[in-house]
Amino acid sequence: MQQVNRLKPFFENINFEREDNTMVVNFGPQHPSAHGQLRLILELQGEEIVKAVPTIGYLHRGMEKMGENMMYNEFLPTTDRMDYIASTSNNYGFALAVEQLLGIEAPRRAEVIRTMLLELNRIISHLFWLATHALDVGAMSIFLYAFREREFAMDLMEDYCGARLTHSAVRIGGVPLDLPQNWCEDLTKFIGILSEEIDKYEGLLTQNRIWRMRLENVGIITPEMAKSWGCSGVALRGSGFQWDLRKEMPYGIYGELDFDIPYSTSCDSYGRYKCYMQEMRESMKILKQLIPMYKGSEPQLMAHAPEYISAPKEDIMTQNYSLMQHFVLVTQGMRPPKGEVYVATESPKGELGYMIVSDGTPYAYKMKLRAPSFWHTGLLEDLLPGHQLADVVTIIGNLNIVFGEIDR
Amino acid sequence: MRAYSPKQDVQKKSYYNDRFHVVPHLPRLNVEADEQFLSDIDVLKQKFTVLEAYIENGHLVVWIPAKENLKAVKFLKEKLAYDMMMELSAIDYIASKGGFDIFYEMLSLSKHKRIRVKCFIEEKEELFSVESVFKMANWSEREMYDMYGVKVKNHHNLKRILMPDDWYDHPLRKTYPLQGDETAAWYEVDKIFGKEARDTIGPEIRDGAAIDRYDTTRFARLGHEVPFGVDITDGKEPEHTPLAYQEEGGVGLFGVRIIKELDENKSVQLKKRR
Repeated sequence: MQQVNRLKPFFENINFEREDNTMVVNFGPQHPSAHGQLRLILELQGEEIVKAVPTIGYLHRGMEKMGENMMYNEFLPTTDRMDYIASTSNNYGFALAVEQLLGIEAPRRAEVIRTMLLELNRIISHLFWLATHALDVGAMSIFLYAFREREFAMDLMEDYCGARLTHSAVRIGGVPLDLPQNWCEDLTKFIGILSEEIDKYEGLLTQNRIWRMRLENVGIITPEMAKSWGCSGVALRGSGFQWDLRKEMPYGIYGELDFDIPYSTSCDSYGRYKCYMQEMRESMKILKQLIPMYKGSEPQLMAHAPEYISAPKEDIMTQNYSLMQHFVLVTQGMRPPKGEVYVATESPKGELGYMIVSDGTPYAYKMKLRAPSFWHTGLLEDLLPGHQLADVVTIIGNLNIVFGEIDR
Repeated sequence: MRAYSPKQDVQKKSYYNDRFHVVPHLPRLNVEADEQFLSDIDVLKQKFTVLEAYIENGHLVVWIPAKENLKAVKFLKEKLAYDMMMELSAIDYIASKGGFDIFYEMLSLSKHKRIRVKCFIEEKEELFSVESVFKMANWSEREMYDMYGVKVKNHHNLKRILMPDDWYDHPLRKTYPLQGDETAAWYEVDKIFGKEARDTIGPEIRDGAAIDRYDTTRFARLGHEVPFGVDITDGKEPEHTPLAYQEEGGVGLFGVRIIKELDENKSVQLKKRR
């Protein structure tokens, strides 16, 4: 056995010389198309993969531990760093879990704004997925086009909360800010641009011979496999389940919105690609419905629950009791009821769940973050064998895994 | 009298607790509140020992003996159509109960219901793996082992997943401090440079908020700029601390001028941009 410490190189493919002619190749952790710090140990028979061992943990920051050592409001910005491509969905999932623990509900306008941000973020995330996935497969131009439109969406985000990547734009109990002037008009403009551009992306890809050859019948996740591996999101819908938590177990105001759940029965990467494209259109459909809902809502932005949530700024500055309350909530944190909640929301990657066990103190007793990509990565173990080495890049890109949330 | 708190629990605690604060509880409903859950629990009760069952936040929570976990999960999947397992993990109650609560969060796609199967195991007790029923348990149980040290029987590859293989202790236990323990502070030094380099390098500073005002290699002080690496542990700052702009001779210390000294008489104003 080699001494692996002290920065001495360690040759995994020593196997190659020892036994038959399988070669062990180390894919990552620093590989541009590993989408982060994924290390895949691949055993190759020629170009064909016979065994794949995904190794993770290179981005582990101990978020669950941090969640148990931080007050609920303190932890919220940390959730941004899970799925950093769609941070609003993480914020929202956490905020919703804490709200259900507290037994409060965000006011209507806050819920509308949140849903707008969520869907905008879904578009940002899907555009990012499309851009990087296409780049991995070899379509450079799509990368540039998709990033252009993603930039517009991020500008909208920036107009709302000032941040482009890690927004923290959702708070426990509502949202901190109202939409700026003309935001809805800008959003309408963006939807107009994007709906045209998506057609162009599809024009470039859907019937593209190379794209189809690279994606069709590659990475087939059978329905049994998807269920057994706890797949969610597009990975599940791509395997023939029309399952979207926004529709099947609605939360927030999703129950009032009219949208469809695209799904595919082909189970392969190409089917999932089509789901993603269609989902962007559905998100735009939702955003269009939200604009009139926003305009017809009352201006209250944060829930009124003085025990848990600070009063509005105006009250804090004018009323003594509100100020005291705010001081206590900031320094000591809120004390939620004793109990445990598991709240799942549909993030762009899949079912994002927050399991919070509270013992009535300002710090969570247990915080379990269910990140969908975790099992989508584990799935690679079963999915990759039988594929060619070049398909690995397609499959990893197609599964839309983000290491911020896998390693947490 | 001071309230008892377990000494082994090193997690962050509130510095002040109101003596008169009454902790409210998240309401727990009887299983009768939901017809679907009621019929499910009736079927389950015929086959297994159900220690406790209630509905919390819309989820059916079922407590079973730890010995029956595999059979119960399999039964729920095959007979009661809870066809997906979304999450499983442990909750550390070593300080208060001497063991872990294990939970299995399951979802039924056809019934649109969620159920949480919970069981309690002693600290050293082994748990049956549910990997044979749900493949997702492969990674989840590895994570549970990695984070809590819960031993799982019949798992084909029970090794650490997030932490390095040779890591000491299990980070999500309540006895494990947030910044890591003594071993964690030396882990990278030992691994990369060897134990003999401990004296020269020193332990890793694992507290992200740590500030050392005398460390001039990593910290700067506004208004009291000190050259990189200068030892100021005696409390005296070097006399030549460059507080002045370089036109005033302030950077003479570094030996090299970034711009040559400006002589106003020799300076020319350009008419046009070159």
